[in-house]
Amino acid sequence: MSAWLVRRTAQAVVTFVAVTVLLFVLMRLTPGDPLQRLAGDRQLSAAAVQALRHRFGLDQPMASQFVDFVSGALRGDLGVSIEHYPMRVTALLRSRLPATLLLGGTVLLITFGLGTWLGVLQAVRRGGAVDRWLNHVGLALFATPSFWLGMVLAWVFGIWLRLLPVAQMHDPLLATDARWVERAGDLLRHLILPALTLSAVTIAIVMRYQRTAMLEVLRLDYVHAARARGLTERRVIWGHAWRNALFPVVSLFGLRLPILAAGAVFVEQVFNWPGLGSLAAEAVGARDYPVILGCALLVSALVLVGALLADVAYRLLDPRVRQP
Amino acid sequence: MTGSLRRAVLQVLASPSGRIGLLVLALLVLVAAVGPLLVPNPAAMPDLIAGATAPGRQHLLGTDHLNRDILARVVHGARISLTLATLSVLLAVSLGAIVGLTAGWVGGWADAVLMRGVDAALAIPRLFLLLMLVAVWEQMPLSALVAVLGATGWFATSRIVRGEVLRLREETFVDAARALGAGRGRIIFRHLLPNTAGPLLVAATLGVGDVILLEAGLSFLGVGVRPPTPSWGGMILDGRPVLVTAPWESLFPGLAIVITVLAVNLVGDALRGVLDPRSA
Repeated sequence: MSAWLVRRTAQAVVTFVAVTVLLFVLMRLTPGDPLQRLAGDRQLSAAAVQALRHRFGLDQPMASQFVDFVSGALRGDLGVSIEHYPMRVTALLRSRLPATLLLGGTVLLITFGLGTWLGVLQAVRRGGAVDRWLNHVGLALFATPSFWLGMVLAWVFGIWLRLLPVAQMHDPLLATDARWVERAGDLLRHLILPALTLSAVTIAIVMRYQRTAMLEVLRLDYVHAARARGLTERRVIWGHAWRNALFPVVSLFGLRLPILAAGAVFVEQVFNWPGLGSLAAEAVGARDYPVILGCALLVSALVLVGALLADVAYRLLDPRVRQP
Repeated sequence: MTGSLRRAVLQVLASPSGRIGLLVLALLVLVAAVGPLLVPNPAAMPDLIAGATAPGRQHLLGTDHLNRDILARVVHGARISLTLATLSVLLAVSLGAIVGLTAGWVGGWADAVLMRGVDAALAIPRLFLLLMLVAVWEQMPLSALVAVLGATGWFATSRIVRGEVLRLREETFVDAARALGAGRGRIIFRHLLPNTAGPLLVAATLGVGDVILLEAGLSFLGVGVRPPTPSWGGMILDGRPVLVTAPWESLFPGLAIVITVLAVNLVGDALRGVLDPRSA
């Protein structure tokens, strides 16, 4: 296990180095001057633009720009934002990370909790009305753009029914000395619609995986044996079959993080949720390339760590892999 | 090849969901092909005073905040969306086939380098790769959008092709072809590629759905298809500030996206059941 863990971690680190190189090269491959817009909007003099180019290192040759970038990244410095000019990219990322972790964590909880439950339900009632309908709903949600679904839900629950807030994380009219219960309740109300939207468009994959895995396990002899021993159907399903049908879903965890990250960009943008996703969306609008690069690097790191954790969990859970 | 393709189409038609998907898709292609000839491009006649009108007899799906007919814009958007998706998926599948063949056939360090690169690329969510590429690119032409959508879509495909090539190159029929004096080019193009066609077709079909969603997303963020060219994602973006007063402006282009992607995915799923039963 430990030799494997060292190898697996080393592999993740190598991949991350390759990701860094790739992102940097991509950024510089595209035509267009990132400072053009800044200069155009604020009518800077030629000398000021020159100073800015120097400040962002754009007057250096590509190789030395890359060395600067990597050595900065190693020291935890990703440069300066163009849009929020004197602010550091890392400071921006840090200020936006908690909101995204809250939203992403909630969504992971919902999709894995509800998704596995629905997937098992489908497998148990294979071919029945519930199974068929859930399949249809899953396919439709899989084809739905998250930003559009977010707008539809915002319209229904925010504008038509006037039930839920549709923007930001806190009510600006909430008293500053409100008790923490009120604060938490307010946060929760703001969280509902973004979390619902993001869960809806990402739950279909979990359901599908869980259904397939469960169907495979339900065919096995030990499940029939458990039934023959007179166990209740509930214990057969959840106590015996499901435990073994869970592994493919765990390994899915790493695979799903990129999808979640992409969804967060749109959903956070629609609901003005102050997280990394809306930061990336704003940075794209403002052509703030150091911030986009920072977001892409951070998201990729999260994805690699997530995949690593999923692999470790898989090995810990599944005795067949544990004993090589 | 044509025989097996015909068989695949027949098999897709045999499943109810595949039938519905193929029918809807055919209708959409028809709309994209001839629709723009029947309805004039509404970009030419904006009316700032009248504002948005609700769906009714005169405008079936209503008009947007510039009083442009939404049905006409959705129809024109269909052409843009389907063309972009088809071209970029063709590009992506070709790139994936080339890289996968190279890695699988040459092997050794070429394989190692290419697959490490693919690993890295797969670790970056595709949306972020695209954002990096389009963000700095002011006034990006549609051809460039096709290029970046294609260039970011081949990683998984190259892995599939590589796996198939590694499997196939050990098969007896490849040895037989070599023994009969077939050159490298002949083995690759006559024996290996046709045998990877099934998984490639499945990946391509499902890739079209992905690309339609991605293009809509980029246009929604204001960096995909630029106005006044009508695109579904761009229309939803336009409808966002008027969601309270004119919800139909963003509702209908979104429905168009859902229907199209759903139809493509239904066909892709049915194809996968026929051509690539192992991964179904």
